[in-house]
Amino acid sequence: MTQFLSLLLNGLSLGALYALIALGFVIIFKASEVVSFTHGSLLLLGAYSIARLSETLGFYPAALLGIAITAAAAFVIERLIINRLRGAPVISLAIVTIGVDIILLTELIRRIGSDILNVPHPWAGDSFRIGDVGISQNRLIATGVAGVLIVVFFVAFKFSSWGVAMRASAEDGETAALMGIRLGRVSALAWVVAGALAAVAAIFLVGTPTPGVSAAVYTVALRALPAAILGGLDSTGGALVGGLLIGVSESMASGYQDQLAFLGRGIGDVVPYIVMIAVLLVRPSGLFGTKELTRV
Amino acid sequence: MSEPAVLPEARGSSRRTTLPAARRSGRGQLVQRIILAAALVLLLVAPLYVEEFWLRTGFAVFGAIVGAIGLNLLVGTTGQLSLAHAFFLAVGAISYVFVSGTSGGFSTQVSGLGLPPVIGMVVGVLLAGLAGLIFSPMAARLRGIYLGVASLGLVFIGQHVLNTWTSVTGGFNGRSAPNFSLFGFSFSSTDPQLFVLGVPFREAERLWYLGLVLAIAAYVFARNLLRSRPGRALQTLRDSEVAASVMGVDVQRYKARVFMVSSMYAGLSGVLYALSIGSVAPESFGLEVSIQYLAMIVLGGLGSVGGAALGATFVSAMPLLFQRYADAVPFVGSPGQGGIAAGEAARYLFGLAIILVILFEPAGLAGIAARLKRALSRSRGRAEPPPSTDPPPPDLSTDRRPSDPPVQGSTR
Repeated sequence: MTQFLSLLLNGLSLGALYALIALGFVIIFKASEVVSFTHGSLLLLGAYSIARLSETLGFYPAALLGIAITAAAAFVIERLIINRLRGAPVISLAIVTIGVDIILLTELIRRIGSDILNVPHPWAGDSFRIGDVGISQNRLIATGVAGVLIVVFFVAFKFSSWGVAMRASAEDGETAALMGIRLGRVSALAWVVAGALAAVAAIFLVGTPTPGVSAAVYTVALRALPAAILGGLDSTGGALVGGLLIGVSESMASGYQDQLAFLGRGIGDVVPYIVMIAVLLVRPSGLFGTKELTRV
Repeated sequence: MSEPAVLPEARGSSRRTTLPAARRSGRGQLVQRIILAAALVLLLVAPLYVEEFWLRTGFAVFGAIVGAIGLNLLVGTTGQLSLAHAFFLAVGAISYVFVSGTSGGFSTQVSGLGLPPVIGMVVGVLLAGLAGLIFSPMAARLRGIYLGVASLGLVFIGQHVLNTWTSVTGGFNGRSAPNFSLFGFSFSSTDPQLFVLGVPFREAERLWYLGLVLAIAAYVFARNLLRSRPGRALQTLRDSEVAASVMGVDVQRYKARVFMVSSMYAGLSGVLYALSIGSVAPESFGLEVSIQYLAMIVLGGLGSVGGAALGATFVSAMPLLFQRYADAVPFVGSPGQGGIAAGEAARYLFGLAIILVILFEPAGLAGIAARLKRALSRSRGRAEPPPSTDPPPPDLSTDRRPSDPPVQGSTR
């Protein structure tokens, strides 16, 4: 039971981080109809810049700067490429983000090499105990930060003029544009927010229990994609649920690996995809995604 | 993401209604045939003259061409984004080494059936097709980008399964691929010793012809498929599913079938990959392989069979060439010294190429070729309208605001 609770807690905290990344996917998709395969390398960019900068600046300034760098990179990608392709087929847009991803990822991996860069979190590797149930302090803080950010995001999405503009342009781009909403600006802002969220997730993803910044962080970030998809690509609430679901199932599968030995070692890494495919088989548009209707 | 239903764009119709008679007329067609014939002759005599490196590169390219044509049928022609191509390649390659390989092994015990390699190749293709068919209910249900991400899952799950199934795949270390042979004729360096015009025909030379024949067969099959009734159905499916189903196309069934055909292509490509490398490990069929294949067809031009072949040549040969001519290419260094490693340089280049192609020439290399051809025939001052066989006219392919835009590309 203790093991179960501990795995559940760790899974939820991991899930909160996935939810942050998945929210990024969702708002980019809502604002510019793009499924961003660049997100994994954007996250790695955030992690890498924070690790490098904190060598000289210390952790907190480095973290802020790293978030800013990632957001700026997302902004540049949107302005230079995505904005020019407004209205292009979804598949072309997805492929172009893959192109960006290839370049960014190759550059980052070349820089990181086979090293594991360390991010000096002030909270280091301490852990926190509630009775017998333990969780690393890093993950605990991550859960808190992610929770706050998610609440802020939802409030902003609901009430701020940016949120309203975003929802309007997702609902019907042309009408929104006629109402004076600048679609380009909404889309750029969405990319910036998504980049920043990814960088925040990166800060915690590279802390304990993960060893540090290495090329493997990219594959971790990629697992937020199933989270976004299974929740429904155009549903912010879905991203939250999807993230938590993926986080918990991954944590459970890794934790009970010995009991699941017949499934092979490292099953935890593929469980997100298995869950995603299972959900999509039943609900092709994800749990909360808008169903596609065709009228003839 | 509701896509409003509209009629298929008019852009397709101009070339689809081209009469075959009009297509065949003109000197341009003759010139094109002569060039094709010359290229074929060059490819046929190449093993007599060029050195082994080029033959081995060529064989790898032929394998990639087969795979790229298959993926293009799915993504370019039918508009189903799939990132699972690496998985189907793996199924083909591993079935081949399992069926034709023998039991044994050094670090990990592997089993094998030891059947003739031809059977291994056929089984590889069939099993890959079967894998595609098993996945196809999924493919038929999901649309567009959901399919893309779901197929991404297939790569990771497949890799996990294959890595775990060590008795068949050899696990992380992989296992060696048996030499190919056809009805007693071995595609290895000896047995029988063979000389053609005084040139020793060893493994590389023999495999070259194998690859050439299979690549041409794959090309011809795909071209004919696209010109047939199912091919038209697939293109209609891409342009608008609603229109297709109204016209009597069984959408689900066609989607399932094209998935199967595309996986069979991937299976064959996987077998060729195994032969070209000489060994197979599940690790080598990761996501980056899928992305490479996607790069090939985007660069070549979505929907164009010839374009897929061009793109495959470009993407698969580039890293090998960079490696070989590391000293001559600026910025590229050999491993260990400064500069960018060959594989990395190639990745930068095709990442950039993808972006540029999508931004500026959505019809890809095939589109550029078609444009060149038009320019050429215009400069000769022919009054006859340019041959309209190929990719859509540029003014239409750059029009980016149709309400239900088809994936760009031609239907060659």
